[in-house]
Amino acid sequence: MCLGVPGQVERVWEADGTRMATVDFGGVRKDVCLACTPDVGVGDWTIVHVGFALTKLDEASARETLELFRAVGLLDSELGTGSV
Amino acid sequence: MKYLDEFADPALARRLLDDIAATVTRPWAVMEVCGGQTHTIIRNGIDQLLPDGVELVHGPGCPVCVTPLETIDRALAIAARPEVIFCSFGDMLRVPGSEDDLFRVKSRGGDVRVVYSPLDAVRLAQANPDRQVVFFGIGFETTAPANAMTVVMAERLGLANFSLLVSQALVPPAIGAIMDSPSCRVQGFLAAGHVCTVMGLAEYAPLVARYRVPIVVTGFEPLDVLEGIRRVLHQLEAGTAELDNAYPRAVRPEGNPAAQQVVREVFEVTDRAWRGIGLIPASGWRLAERWAAYDAERRFDVGGITAAESPLCRSGEVLQGLIKPPECAAFGTACTPRRPLGAPMVSGEGACAAYFQFRRLGSAVG
Ligand code: SF4
Repeated sequence: MCLGVPGQVERVWEADGTRMATVDFGGVRKDVCLACTPDVGVGDWTIVHVGFALTKLDEASARETLELFRAVGLLDSELGTGSV
Repeated sequence: MKYLDEFADPALARRLLDDIAATVTRPWAVMEVCGGQTHTIIRNGIDQLLPDGVELVHGPGCPVCVTPLETIDRALAIAARPEVIFCSFGDMLRVPGSEDDLFRVKSRGGDVRVVYSPLDAVRLAQANPDRQVVFFGIGFETTAPANAMTVVMAERLGLANFSLLVSQALVPPAIGAIMDSPSCRVQGFLAAGHVCTVMGLAEYAPLVARYRVPIVVTGFEPLDVLEGIRRVLHQLEAGTAELDNAYPRAVRPEGNPAAQQVVREVFEVTDRAWRGIGLIPASGWRLAERWAAYDAERRFDVGGITAAESPLCRSGEVLQGLIKPPECAAFGTACTPRRPLGAPMVSGEGACAAYFQFRRLGSAVG
């Protein structure tokens, strides 16, 4: 139950004064509460935990992390050192 | 799916593993605190891909597993009442109480319902004004904002028939308790990424300073976990102890201030027992006095129920990383996911269930 899962916001609406969204998790759609993520809007990726959005996923830093992974080891062989 | 496939890329995993192999010169013990990460590690066999001598110690971060027995017994007492609709995350249904579990209460006619989100329970209360709806609010800092929102919404909607049975646990005091234990072998930590998504990094710097132990905030995809391990090992080999964030796409240093505000409004810090481990001071949240009207323990007067744990189950040692699940004599024999003796065999995030599910019968012993 404790896993936070990334999904993409398709639609945003209000229910009883609370910001809600329809979030797409790879084809499975669920209602998600946006009460604590005012910066999350349609098209954004968000980490959802028990039907509650915890944060907006930062695409730029996701890309940066992947770039960093791609650079691991390359630097070593180029510089001839054993570790980063 | 975006952000999932890319963070499971085998070619990149190879790079990270090669770098780890080139870095490590000595044995090290690293604890992943969170059960979600335990699951990723065992499912992908990450522990078996690491160099010999690098041991992953599985931590207590499965909220189902550390919910105290007496809290389960209190839940069972409430769920058996005819006027109650008892709502819970699905994982809790099979967790054994002293004599029973929620599943059996349900099969005897108790109105026990599995919900995906705590807010679904509020909606049930709205739709069933003649019934008492109780939500079993368990979890770490990650579930706390959603659990806290239930009472905020219940008040906003004027619901007199909703209450919360709270069992919230906090990660930083548990890390402190693990480091304070005389039998502690842990030399570095992967901190639970989504806990930090909510709470930020501030609580971890004092732990790094106090125990001189590297802590790397880590995500949940295979590459995230490998990167967290890689960064801890680099620090250990270099003799440094720093707080590092390997999961910046979901964790900002300040966390989520709006979520923290809701949590602080609704909960207050309390001592709490961790199943199998015992009392850890200031390691939980309970409803603040201002929300006493929504406290299920008070509404149904179950606060007096206490319980003692089975001596057969060695979950305490498993949850503190002192033994691996197959070292328990009951593992896979008297204790299986269908008939669990202890909570770590119930949830997919429990270390015993993860080992059982991925057929790791004894392979990681020793
Ligand atoms: S295998 Fe079962 S009995 Fe043994 S520690 Fe795990 S949950 Fe407890």
